Amino acid sequence: MGKTLAEKVWDDHLVARGEDGAPDLLYIDLHLLHEVTSPQAFDGLRMAGRPVRRPDLTIATEDHNTPTLAIDRPIADLTSRTQIETLRRNAQEFGVRLHSLGDVEQGIVHVVGPQLGLTMPGITVVCGDSHTSTHGAFGAMAFGIGTSEVEHVLATQTLPLKPFKTMAVTVEGELRPGVTAKDIILAVIAQIGTGGGQGYVLEYRGSAIRSLSMEGRMTICNMSIEAGARAGMVAPDETTYGYLKGRPHAPEGADWDAAVEYWNTLATDDDAVFDAEIFLDANTLEPFVTWGTNPGQGASLSDSVPNPADIADANERAAAERALEYMDIAAGTPLKDIHVDAVFMGSCTNSRIEDLRAFASIIEGQTKAEGVRVMVVPGSARVRLQAEAEGLDKIITAFGAEWRFAGCSMCLGMNPDQLAPGERCASTSNRNFEGRQGKGGRTHLVSPLVAAATAIRGTLSSPWDLAQESASSAPVPSLQGGGR
Amino acid sequence: MDRFTRFTGLAAPLRRSNVDTDQIIPANFLKRVTKTGFEDALFYGWRQDPDFVLNRPEYQGASVLVAGSDFGTGSSREHAVWALRDFGFRAVLSPRFGDIFRGNSGKQGLLAGQVSEEDAERLWAAIEAQPGVGVTIDLVERVATLGDLSVPFDIDDYTRWRLIEGLDDIGLTLRDEPRITEFESRRESWRPKTLPVK
Repeated sequence: MGKTLAEKVWDDHLVARGEDGAPDLLYIDLHLLHEVTSPQAFDGLRMAGRPVRRPDLTIATEDHNTPTLAIDRPIADLTSRTQIETLRRNAQEFGVRLHSLGDVEQGIVHVVGPQLGLTMPGITVVCGDSHTSTHGAFGAMAFGIGTSEVEHVLATQTLPLKPFKTMAVTVEGELRPGVTAKDIILAVIAQIGTGGGQGYVLEYRGSAIRSLSMEGRMTICNMSIEAGARAGMVAPDETTYGYLKGRPHAPEGADWDAAVEYWNTLATDDDAVFDAEIFLDANTLEPFVTWGTNPGQGASLSDSVPNPADIADANERAAAERALEYMDIAAGTPLKDIHVDAVFMGSCTNSRIEDLRAFASIIEGQTKAEGVRVMVVPGSARVRLQAEAEGLDKIITAFGAEWRFAGCSMCLGMNPDQLAPGERCASTSNRNFEGRQGKGGRTHLVSPLVAAATAIRGTLSSPWDLAQESASSAPVPSLQGGGR
Repeated sequence: MDRFTRFTGLAAPLRRSNVDTDQIIPANFLKRVTKTGFEDALFYGWRQDPDFVLNRPEYQGASVLVAGSDFGTGSSREHAVWALRDFGFRAVLSPRFGDIFRGNSGKQGLLAGQVSEEDAERLWAAIEAQPGVGVTIDLVERVATLGDLSVPFDIDDYTRWRLIEGLDDIGLTLRDEPRITEFESRRESWRPKTLPVK
């Protein structure tokens, strides 16, 4: 019997196969660190007198706590500053490469890895961050770990793990203009639920996935964890190689040729069997948004907020009732009638150059809705520079939005970028949990295109709504980009 | 890590599903660089409500949490486990756990036991009918007992063994150190290296 992509990458990293119920010992090719989940791991090493086994397979950035304004000044929040300074001390003491605030390679850890060409097919990637699944877009086995595991990888460059089960997520067809990778993954999560992927690695397949850019594939793999799966993967192809080639740490010369030869063997064999399979039709997919407080509580933007009374499962019904109360919206409300106070364009899900281009293409020449705060946060310092080289910053500021420095920002509000209690936000990030973007804040997850249209209209909207409005007067806005 | 075999403690019923780690401990508390002292942060948002289950007098001192399905989903923050542990919990029972949370629990000596939906309901009913009665968690037999009610819970063999023996993962792995070195000697030159900086 053939093997799946996930099984091939797993098997090629086996240091020891587990026996009698013990886990396998898996070698880790790339370990990414940030300031939040690493301090206690370094402390553990110090107490045990252990070194970092492979500093040359380890890289750190500052992203979760970093301010996105006035980055040349000391960080005002003392606990944030302490955490950042702790990472700097640890990196120096243990010989780990660190890209600090102000460095041209600083940014969200899941933007930086691919950008440097460190993320590549057929490798294992871990980080003390659940959105490590992002890197699976390259055909890597990439997953988030806890701080005890961070310490374990620092000390041994391995992890004891049981193999994941495999699930094929097949998306066939062609996305309509205005529908993007973000809409695919939000629809997948709504279909299988926040626990549907637990224990699995998801492999995204089918014509709709193949035609996505690397940015779009990263958006999809990024949110695998929101379906409960630790990892998501896409088989590498010419799109992958085209993105990777020539990046600073990508293989060169004979190494490149050897790598491509190996990478071409990674795709799931025709006779391989998945433990589970689901299907999604890309042709009929519409812009998709969330209405509740977990990423599985979503619907097409043209729908209305569901009535909990119509939900058969008692737990799901209770969760929906709680969610509507927290979100302060009534069952049956058309999603397009929901007003927002803020729009957040950023996060490891949607902050790459292509996301910013998509957002800018919709808002260009427009003015933001009155009273709506719009914040655009690039994923890395490099993305920021590139956007400025393309003039996107001018489009963004002319629109009335704030153009910030790179970091996780309002995705989780560990820095000052937070919602006020009761504020409602259309956000391109990945989690609509209670209080995620600030205590009492309310989050609707959306694509960059929906974020842009919502920023223009002040209510949850897609470019389709703009096209209708302007059909008789102005030219139809471009519907390109956004991970398509 | 302390050995974990069998203990009896008060149980608290958390009648909620999809309790993500942002609810267990909000991000604002993740700025600390220590590994203890997170008890104040546990369920910080919900504890502002005086009627929240952990604020009720009958559940003070609880050490077993019985929660709804999909407990510990979302963020990888191990702080969620530290907060539960620091608050006094030694075991959480739920019909389903987030994968990363369950793994983190095993590393920190917090027992994450899986029970059926029906047994979670039975436990909630039994706890609420007689608050203050202790629950016995027997990891050797994989059974939770409250008065006349005994329910089985599931935990994988390896985690159970490590909890019972109180073993440290890194120490276990380093017994395989020669195999790691041997694996590294075969690592292809195209694979990524972060150093030297390019």
